[in-house]
Amino acid sequence: MKPYSAWNVFRNGLSRQKGWERAWRDPEPKTEYDVVIVGAGLHGLASAYYLAKNHGITNVAVLDKGWLGSGNAGRNTTIVRSNYMMPGNREFYEHSLKLWENLSHELNYNVMFSQRAHVSLLHSPAARDGAARRYNTMRLTGADGELWDLPTLKRKIPHLNYSADSRFPIIGATVQPRAGTARHDAVAWGYARGADQRGVDIIQNCEVTGVERTANQVTGLKTSRGIIRGRKVGFAVAGNTSRLWRMAELGKLPIESHKLQAFVSEPLKPLLDQVVVFGVGGAHFYISQSDKGGMVFGGDLDWYKSYAQRGNLPIVQDVAECATSILPCLGRVRLLRHWAGVMDMSMDGSAFLCKTPLSNLYLNAGWNYGGFKASPASGWYFADLIANDRPDPVILNHALSRFERGINIDERGAGPDPKLHG
Amino acid sequence: MLRIPCPFCGTRDHSEFSYGGDASVEYPALEAPAEAWLEAVFQRDNIDGVQLETWQHLHGCRMWIVVERDTRSHEIHSVRPAHEGLASALAQSADPVNES
Repeated sequence: MKPYSAWNVFRNGLSRQKGWERAWRDPEPKTEYDVVIVGAGLHGLASAYYLAKNHGITNVAVLDKGWLGSGNAGRNTTIVRSNYMMPGNREFYEHSLKLWENLSHELNYNVMFSQRAHVSLLHSPAARDGAARRYNTMRLTGADGELWDLPTLKRKIPHLNYSADSRFPIIGATVQPRAGTARHDAVAWGYARGADQRGVDIIQNCEVTGVERTANQVTGLKTSRGIIRGRKVGFAVAGNTSRLWRMAELGKLPIESHKLQAFVSEPLKPLLDQVVVFGVGGAHFYISQSDKGGMVFGGDLDWYKSYAQRGNLPIVQDVAECATSILPCLGRVRLLRHWAGVMDMSMDGSAFLCKTPLSNLYLNAGWNYGGFKASPASGWYFADLIANDRPDPVILNHALSRFERGINIDERGAGPDPKLHG
Repeated sequence: MLRIPCPFCGTRDHSEFSYGGDASVEYPALEAPAEAWLEAVFQRDNIDGVQLETWQHLHGCRMWIVVERDTRSHEIHSVRPAHEGLASALAQSADPVNES
């Protein structure tokens, strides 16, 4: 496989673009692999990539019922940040951000990672104190964080609604300058290409329909393209984890599937250089501008459990109200499209990267709202977990057993109600 | 928008309601062992299909109801009051206030 480079772009420009190869193969599935990962989303593909890259395990298959990256990989608002406070999450997301910072070079694929800063608006002194505590805690792990006072914020983002008579007047912001956005499809394609180059088989249109097991092992996966066996099997199918879990007859999970909508407007000239977050009272809203100019934004979950990849109108209204309340200049901008993805909402808002009751089955699930930014570190630690059959100390508590041990990782302190962990 | 037929108020938009959660969960006795509470508080079937779930008609009669709904199509199959006594009283009534 020839690397992508300025020279190759130039050379192919002279040869009518005939010299490009396809980015990954479309292999027939073998009947047996060292590792089979279910789900060719960002997490599954990243896991396969790091299994090959970090651990030299290349006899790997990644199965997907559709095409790669067809699920939540393309159904997010592409925000990358590491401003988490709980032990475990803090180190995990900071490691992820560090991987993001070098991802385009690592994959030889431009993921268009733009460290444009993540700006959370503040509306009360109490919120500012809370944010200062959070950012001081983050800095202990080596992450970055700043507090912007009102004059600084006005200088950086002049067109927010700063009127004193707004329902929630803005008094400043907490900022993570290294945070930003990336191109979601490119991440899936980059990991797919990198994994494929190292010998991983990415099997698309291959739906898992059943799990064959003994008392303590997975012996094979029934798929729409025949039985595929893996010496080790990983599930990375957030949104549908409970369905696979039931196929494996493993009972219940501390997860509910909820849907989250996201929106993109018609393209505008450059308007917003940062990711801006508005969260106060009942409002929950985040917005950035894509390289094509569309305003990309989202808000709350739809508030009821669902496996349908389509959203409801009250949230459209809610999000539009939030948009116009902090950026009144968007009032006459039209929506281009909106979509919904099915999230694994866990009982404490944190993920699962862990071993399971079956000795050769590993679980990557429960990403709530945070799956996109997590994908590099998720793949990194999941590959490590599968290769070495033990969790890295960073993900030690990201296990299903944390609830019985009373060590929930609840960033929001919202309690065991999945829909509240937005 | 889901349209939920409240047994007391008639059919209303779901934005009048607040979603509770899985109605099949049975909470154990206070003195039950920790495992039973772990099961009730944290573990869910997370059904892809028809499930029982609780909703509260927050901006209406404020009653809790049990809705039988398909989580893939959002189709609502049945609705009854969460309170067993009310549910059986309503079931016996010849003319339930169900459609408006």
